[in-house]
Amino acid sequence: MSVSLAIVALVTAPLVAALIAVILPRWGPWLSLLVVAGNAAALVVLIPAIVSQGALTLPIGGWQAPLGITLRADGMALAFLTMAALVMAAVLVSARPEFGGGGEVTETRRQWAFWPLALLLWSALNVVFLSRDLFNLYVALELLTVSAVALVAIDGKADGLGAALRYLMFALLGSLAYLLGAALLYAQHGTLDIALLADQAIGGRAAVDMMAVGLMTAGLAAKTALFPFHAWLQPAHSGAPAPASAMLSALVPKASFAILIRIWFEALPGLATPPLLVTLGAMGAIAIVYGSVLALRQTRLKLMIAYSTVAQIGYLFLIFPLAGGDSYMQPWAAGAWTGVMFHALSHGLAKASMFLCAGLWIVAAGSDRIEAMRGLASATPMIASAFALAAVTLVGLPPSGGFTAKYLMLTSAFVSGQYVWAAVLLIGGLLSAAYLYRPLAVAFARDGDAVFKPVPRLAQAMPLMLALAAILLGLASQGPFALMQIGRPSSAEAGLQ
Amino acid sequence: MIDGTASDIAATGFDLVLAAMILGAGLFAVTVRDLFGAVVFFIVYGVFVALAWLRLGALDVALTEAALGAGLTGVLLIGAVARLGRRTGTQGTDALSRRSAFSVRSVSQIATMLVSAAVSVALGWAFLSLSDSDGLRAGVAANLDASGVSNPVTAVLINFRGWDTLLESIVLLAALIGLWSLWRDDDWGRRPGLRQHARADGVLAMFGRLLPPFGLLFGVYMVWVGSSLPGGAFQGGTVLAAVWLLMMMAGLMPPPMVTSARIRAVLIAGPLVFLSVGIIGAFAGGFLGLPPAYAKPLILMIEAALTLSIAATLALLVLGPPGGPAMPSGPGDAP
Amino acid sequence: MASSSIFGLCGALLIGMGLYGFITHPHLLRRLLAFNVIGSGIFLLFGATAARLPSAATDPVPQALIITGIVVALAATALGVGLVLAYARVTGRTTLPEDGAPTDPGKPPR
Repeated sequence: MSVSLAIVALVTAPLVAALIAVILPRWGPWLSLLVVAGNAAALVVLIPAIVSQGALTLPIGGWQAPLGITLRADGMALAFLTMAALVMAAVLVSARPEFGGGGEVTETRRQWAFWPLALLLWSALNVVFLSRDLFNLYVALELLTVSAVALVAIDGKADGLGAALRYLMFALLGSLAYLLGAALLYAQHGTLDIALLADQAIGGRAAVDMMAVGLMTAGLAAKTALFPFHAWLQPAHSGAPAPASAMLSALVPKASFAILIRIWFEALPGLATPPLLVTLGAMGAIAIVYGSVLALRQTRLKLMIAYSTVAQIGYLFLIFPLAGGDSYMQPWAAGAWTGVMFHALSHGLAKASMFLCAGLWIVAAGSDRIEAMRGLASATPMIASAFALAAVTLVGLPPSGGFTAKYLMLTSAFVSGQYVWAAVLLIGGLLSAAYLYRPLAVAFARDGDAVFKPVPRLAQAMPLMLALAAILLGLASQGPFALMQIGRPSSAEAGLQ
Repeated sequence: MIDGTASDIAATGFDLVLAAMILGAGLFAVTVRDLFGAVVFFIVYGVFVALAWLRLGALDVALTEAALGAGLTGVLLIGAVARLGRRTGTQGTDALSRRSAFSVRSVSQIATMLVSAAVSVALGWAFLSLSDSDGLRAGVAANLDASGVSNPVTAVLINFRGWDTLLESIVLLAALIGLWSLWRDDDWGRRPGLRQHARADGVLAMFGRLLPPFGLLFGVYMVWVGSSLPGGAFQGGTVLAAVWLLMMMAGLMPPPMVTSARIRAVLIAGPLVFLSVGIIGAFAGGFLGLPPAYAKPLILMIEAALTLSIAATLALLVLGPPGGPAMPSGPGDAP
Repeated sequence: MASSSIFGLCGALLIGMGLYGFITHPHLLRRLLAFNVIGSGIFLLFGATAARLPSAATDPVPQALIITGIVVALAATALGVGLVLAYARVTGRTTLPEDGAPTDPGKPPR
C-alpha cells in the first residue's frame, strides 16, 4: 500500500462501511471490524513513512491549494488518528452485545442506526485530523456533530433527547461562529488553506484577522465544551449509551481542539497577545477546578466521569499560556506543546476506558449509583483493574501517559516561571485523585454482599486494553514523543506572538 | 459608488428597498409572537434573500436559497408547527415562550440586544475594512477547461472541491439516519410523515397529478444544464424532492417504509458512486481526480446519482417521523 | 452604493438579529428559525465579499461554499426539528429546562 493510498483509506474506509451498513444493518459489527483492520494497516504503513520522510501532503483530486483541498499527515495527526483507532476499535467491539442484533428476526431502530452513525463519526474525526482546509474542516465538524447528536438521542428517552437538543443548540451556534471566521479569512486572504494562510498573514496583525480568529476560537471552544461553554457536556456524555459516551468524551472534543491548534499554531501564529493567552489559560484553569469539584460531589458514576471530562478539557487550554509565550521567556515551550498533546491522547484512551467500565458496571450492578458498586472488583477483576489504571493516567501518576503529559507541562511552567499554572496543574491532580479514589474504594471494598450479573470476558477486555495503552503511552513515551515532533509547527517552539 | 447615471441610481434604490424588506421580514420572523406567523415571515424572508443573490450575480446560490433555504426549510418548519399543535404555540401552557414578544421586559433582554447590535456593528465594520482580494476567480478560470464543465460554480462543487460536496451529501444522510433513529420503537417499519387525508378530487390531488411530469422534466433539466449554466445536483435534486413530496402529500403515492431496502439503496447511491469514483481515482493516480478526457461523463454520472440520492434524502428529511401530533396523547406515551 | 456593500451590511445586521432571537427565545423551534436567520446572514455577508470587486464577475468559490453551507444548515435544521418533535412527544415540552439538570433525576440513565 502506497502512502497516499493509506491516507485515502483512513478517510474513506469508515465512509464506505457506513454506507453499506445502511442497507445491510446486520453486517454493521463485521464491517466495523474490517474498518478497524483497514485503519490499523493504513497506520502501520503511514507511521514509518512519515518517520523516515517527514510529513506527507495529498492534494485531493490533484488540485493544489488554494484551488483544491489538501490533506496532510504529520506527527500530531497520526498520533490522534492512532488514538482514535484504538478507542473506536474498543468501542465497536464493546457495542456488539447491545447493538449487534443477535438472532432476532426483526431489525430494531437502535440496531439499524448505531453502526452507520458510529462509523460516520469516525470518518469525520479522521477527516478533521488530516484536512488542512478551513471550510472542509467545517463540513467535517458538521458531520461529526450530526452523528454525535444522533448518538446521544439514540435511546429515545427524555434525558437523552433533552441532552441531544442542548448539545445541538451549542454546537449549531459554535459552527456558525467558526464558519463566519473562515468566511472572513477567505475574503481577506483569498485562501482557506492553513499553510497558505500562514504565508499570507506573516507579520501583520490585521484587525479583521483578529476578529475572524476570535470568532473561530469561540465557536470551537463551545464545541470543545471549554468553561463557560460546558453546560451541554455533562447531560450529553452521561445520558448516552456507554459506547456512545466513550466516543463523545474521548474523541469528539479532541476534534475541535485539534482545529484550534491548527489555527493558532499553524495558520496565524502571529495573532496572539499575552492577555489573550492568559484568558484562554484562565478559562482552562477554571474548568479544571470547577469540573473537579463537581465530579467530587456526584453520587452517580457516569455523571462523575462526565464532570471529570469538563476538568480534563481544561488542561488542553493550558497550551496557550505554556507554549504560546515568547521563546526568550519560555525555552520549554515545545515541551509544553508536546505535553498537552500527550494529555489529549492519554485522556482519550483513559476516558474511553472509564466510560466502557462504567457501562459494564452499571449493567452488572443494575444501577449507576457509585454506592451500588460495593464489592464489584472481586466479581469483575478485569474491569476493576482497567478502571484503576485509567485513574492512574487521569491523576497523572507514573508511569502513565498522563504522567508524561503533566511532567512536560509542569517542567515548562517552572522553567518559564509561570508558577500559577504549575499550581493549577498540581491542584487539578490532587482533586482528580480525590474524586477517582471514591469509586475505586467502593468497588474494591470487601464488605459487599450484593449479587451481580456476570459480564462477558471479551467485553471486560476492551476497557483494559485501552487503559493499558494509556499506561504504555508513558512507559514507552520516546516513540510517540518523537512522532509528534514530525511536522510540529515552529511556533510551538518560538511562541505565538 | 454612484457615478450619476440614472440606471445606477435606480439599481441602488432597488437594492436598498430589497435590503429593507429582507431586514423587515427577518425581524418579524425573529420577533413576531405567533409561531406560525414567524414561519410564514421566514419563508417570505427566504424569497427576498434569493432575490438578493440574483442582485449579487450568484444565480446558483439564488436557486439553492429559493429551493432549500426558503422552500424546503419552510415546509419543514410548517410541518413541525402543525404537529406541535396549538398547545405549544405562544399562548397557553408554555409560560416561558410568552417572553418572545416585541416588548422588552428585562435587563437581560436589553443586554442581549446591545450585544447583538455590537456584533452587527463589528461585522459591518469588518466587512467594510476588508483588504482587496481577488479571491480564486483567476485560479478557477485557468483550470475550467480541465474541469469537464463550463459553469465555474459546478466546477468548484464537483471537481475542485468535490471532497466538500461528497462529505456534504453524507451530512444529509447522517441527518436522516439521526432523524429516523428518533422513531418510537413500535413505529419502526411504518411509513414516515403524517398520514394524509387528501381528497381524490381536491386541489392538492389535482396539483399532485398535474405538476409531477413538469417537475420531473425541470429537475432533470436543471441537473443537465448545471454543467454549463446555473443549476446542478442540489438544485435539481430539490425540485425532484418537491415533486415527490407533493405526490406523497396529495396521497397519490405512499411514502416508502423506513425498512425498505430499495429506498435505502437510493439514499446511499449518490455518495457511494461519488466515493467509488474517488477511490478508483486513488488507484489510477489521484484520490477524487477526474482525468480531463473523462471528466464530463464522470461528472454527469456522479451528478445523476447524487441528484437521485439528494432528492430522496431531502424529501424524507422534510417528511419527518411518522404519526400524528407530537404531544403526548395518553399515559402510554410517557417515557 | 454598490449592491455588495448594501447586502454585506444587510448580512451583518441579520446576524445580530438572529443572534438576539436565538438567545432570547426559549422555544426550540424559534431557536432553529433564528439559527437559519443567522446562517443566511453569514452567507449573505460572505457572498457580498465575493461580489465586492466591481470589475469582475462574482467569485465562484464562495458561491460553491455557500451552496454547501445551505445544504448543511438544512440537514442540521431537519435533525433539530426531529429532536424537538420527539422531545415534545416524550415530555410535553418545547423548551429545555433552564438549569441543565436531567429531566427525570429519579431514573438512572443507561
